[in-house]
Amino acid sequence: MGKPNDLVQGTLGLLILKTLSLEPKHGWAIAKRIQQISNEVLQVQQGSLYPALQRLEQQGWIRSKWGETETGRQARFYSLTAAGKAQLEKERKEWNRLSAAIDLVVES
Amino acid sequence: MRWMDRLRRACVTLFRRGSETQRLDAEMRFHLEQEINERVARGASPEDARKAAMREFGNPTLLRDEARRSWSWAWLETMARDVRFGTRALMRSPGFTVTSIAVMALCIGATTCLFTVLRAVLLEPLPFRDPDKLVMVYEHFQNNLSENPYNPVASGDFYEWKAKTHGFEDMAAWQSWSFNVSDDQGKLPEVAEAAAGSWNLFRLLGVAPVHGRDFTEDEDRVGRAPVAMLTWSLFQRRFGGDTSIVGKQVYLDAKPYTIVGVLPAWFAYPNARVQLWVPYASVKTAQSIHWPDNHDSNVVARMKPDVSLQTAISEVSALQYRIHMENLTQPVTEDALARPMIDDVVDGVKTPLLVMMGAVGCMLLIGCLNVSNLLVARGAARQKEMAIRGALGAGRLALLREQMTETMILCVCGGALGLLLAVTGARWLMLHWHGLPRAESVHIDGVVVLFAAGVVCLTAILAGLLPALSATNRSVLGSLQDSARAVSGGVSKARLRKVLLMAEIALTVVLLLASGLLLKSFIRLRTTDLGCTSENVLTMGYSLPRSEYSKPEQKVAFSEALLERVRRLPGVRAAGLGTVVPGAGWGGDRVFLIPGHPSDAQHSPDAVQRWVDPGYFNALQIPLISGRLFDNHDRLDHSNYVIISKELAQRYFPGEDPLHKSIVMGTNPTSKKDTYEIVGVVGDTLYRVGQHVKATAYFPMLSGNPDFRRATLVVRTDGDPLQFAIPLQKEIGALDPQLPVVDVLTIPQIVGESTENQSFTASLVLAFAVLSLLLAGVGLYGVLSYLVTQRLTEIGIRIALGAQRSQVLGLVLRDGMRPVVVGMAVGVGGGIAVASLIRSLLYGTNTVDPVVFAGMISMLLVVAAVASAAPAWRASSVEPMQALRTE
Repeated sequence: MGKPNDLVQGTLGLLILKTLSLEPKHGWAIAKRIQQISNEVLQVQQGSLYPALQRLEQQGWIRSKWGETETGRQARFYSLTAAGKAQLEKERKEWNRLSAAIDLVVES
Repeated sequence: MRWMDRLRRACVTLFRRGSETQRLDAEMRFHLEQEINERVARGASPEDARKAAMREFGNPTLLRDEARRSWSWAWLETMARDVRFGTRALMRSPGFTVTSIAVMALCIGATTCLFTVLRAVLLEPLPFRDPDKLVMVYEHFQNNLSENPYNPVASGDFYEWKAKTHGFEDMAAWQSWSFNVSDDQGKLPEVAEAAAGSWNLFRLLGVAPVHGRDFTEDEDRVGRAPVAMLTWSLFQRRFGGDTSIVGKQVYLDAKPYTIVGVLPAWFAYPNARVQLWVPYASVKTAQSIHWPDNHDSNVVARMKPDVSLQTAISEVSALQYRIHMENLTQPVTEDALARPMIDDVVDGVKTPLLVMMGAVGCMLLIGCLNVSNLLVARGAARQKEMAIRGALGAGRLALLREQMTETMILCVCGGALGLLLAVTGARWLMLHWHGLPRAESVHIDGVVVLFAAGVVCLTAILAGLLPALSATNRSVLGSLQDSARAVSGGVSKARLRKVLLMAEIALTVVLLLASGLLLKSFIRLRTTDLGCTSENVLTMGYSLPRSEYSKPEQKVAFSEALLERVRRLPGVRAAGLGTVVPGAGWGGDRVFLIPGHPSDAQHSPDAVQRWVDPGYFNALQIPLISGRLFDNHDRLDHSNYVIISKELAQRYFPGEDPLHKSIVMGTNPTSKKDTYEIVGVVGDTLYRVGQHVKATAYFPMLSGNPDFRRATLVVRTDGDPLQFAIPLQKEIGALDPQLPVVDVLTIPQIVGESTENQSFTASLVLAFAVLSLLLAGVGLYGVLSYLVTQRLTEIGIRIALGAQRSQVLGLVLRDGMRPVVVGMAVGVGGGIAVASLIRSLLYGTNTVDPVVFAGMISMLLVVAAVASAAPAWRASSVEPMQALRTE
């Protein structure tokens, strides 16, 4: 259970895009999902999700609309745009390249 | 479609930021609730769950701000906040705010106004087709080394050029003319300025008539049925805009002319006074149209796209030289010159306008320095505030931005008011400056507004940046210490203010000197001795139409009858007739020969010609120097006598007595008709103020000679001459009810009309200089008041320690006068440089005129002394105990 570190902060956008690539989600669900998938290793400071979402929306990579949760509450659901999908691909490749390089250095 | 998404977001975050913020809050709230619910479901107490959730989440307010910053309008929000702060800060000191806005409005307004005029007159292309290709072609005498080498073109030369050169696409000629306009019964007579233009002129310019057509080549020949084109203003004014007038007749000089067309409303070439056009050849005779030496026309040419002006004009020059060689006995020029048409149109106002623009620029700079000075003072007063805010973590950039916003608010308000001022000013100038060419094209448009906006930004930077930098660069500690023991603080700021003040004074001196020189030159012009009396004289012009007064006897009879009637009027002291009175213009010249003197066709004597009746010299009080004046016997066939001016006598009869010698007008020495006996010598008169005296020859008007058209009645009266205008007009009407009069003017009015450009330049530059002086005075007062306030404690200590009040007075005055003296020294240097730049505008005034320099400098000193007296006095009357107790 480490603190969220800088590397994760820098890739928060990528994490959100990836999480949204499966289905539209609201903010809290995104946070939970990231936590779950990463086996609780990546613990995003939950609030910092919102500025990141705003940034992504501003860039035109995601869009948002009101919807209803399973519990019948009103929540804002985010979904990926076409541009967002392309961006996700780009960032994923970039990440793979970067992490492979880091692997090489660390494991050598 | 990504850009559309982005645009949509940008719009949403801009126009619906309130609801967007609420949405963000709702989202965060929902998130927290979800988190709390989950934790409660896992078994935590609600209180613990809330705390844990909050811990996990972070600071919502901070996060919200962070999220909002990602909206692309953060800068707008910051600016709105800065503007709000700035306005609030400015409202707190209304005196400062109003002063600065007024100064800025005045300076920006004046600059924008002059730019509007300057742009319309100098910068905008002429409203013709392809105006860059239009040039004016002139003749040129090679021995003419004066400032104006451009000589009008003779019609004979024009036709030769047009037929035999091929460098220009086309050439057209026009000359000024005037007509008595009336209807077929001779009703509604008026004198209208007109122009005679060759048939291709309008096509060459690319101007098409709005109604009817322009002249045909066939109509532009001597002796064809007369036709005319109306300008829009005459068409509207006299014919009520009735288009059926085309094809009908108008009576010009009592002769019917068929109206063939109407020119568009915007057409105001050569100036707006020209009311109608006739074909060029229609004002010529079969002989005169071929004269190579009668310089009376202007030639417009259109350049070919692939031929340079140099090539084209050298071909014309070569041809002109050939014409010259073929006519060696006549004053035919050897050369031709060309200049762009726009230069020709704005000739005479270009330099004045540029000088005014320079003056107004100086004033703008002074205004900026003044506001800058005020801002430094304000900055000093707010030093502690800045220091505290700095200590609380405000970045220097933020503080700087805030200060600049304040200046910007001042400048924008000033600019908005200034634009209103500019609109009014431009309209005023347009209405009152009659000598301004292209005045009709002066208008305010986007470019002007853009210019004003540019000036606003410039002034904001000029006025605001320096004070803002100086206000924010103090170290926090230094500032706080400084104000804790304010005994003689703010040294560096005082220095900055003094430097600004010095620059202000220097610019003011330059302006004052320039305006002083222009004013003196203008006064010299206005008070020039024309060589005749200027008091109680009324002049009134009329032209007898050739068709009704074709015989010399008819003309003479009219002249004598008119004079007799006028002289009988009570209050008329003397009356006379002449062609052109002193000051009213050139009026035509002619070369002559002096039998017995060696003749040289290249430098043949030349005189301005006037026809006068026997009473003319008495009416205008032009002194007789020797010989006799004309009498009533010098008439008709018995009239080959001439009276010459002193200049003519001295120049062409040096060391001889010219009386009873004869001169032959023209170039044919054997012409009996042109031989005149000199019977008298009279004093010199100026044909126009500001010009050199010109040799003048007076011929008897009672000869009935057909060479002149326009006659001027000159009447010297008891008391106000203008009261005689109507009675005199009635006398003319009684003799010939169809004869209109024109130019009913006194001599000072004639002088006033011809010095209008100078009058505008001098008075506007003077106005700018006086305003600048006022600004400089206010600036000086401000600086000294500030210094005194700063040094109050110090002064208190000095007085407590026994300093005399006079010493304190001297101390403050010295402090104030030092920048004034340094600024003045710099300014005088600049003034001398500027004076040599405006040399061409100065008449009878030296560029380093001691009277002007001394006068202006002492004026500045007086203002400076007055401005520093009040703060100095306040300093010397400080009560030491009170001063020490403050702070």
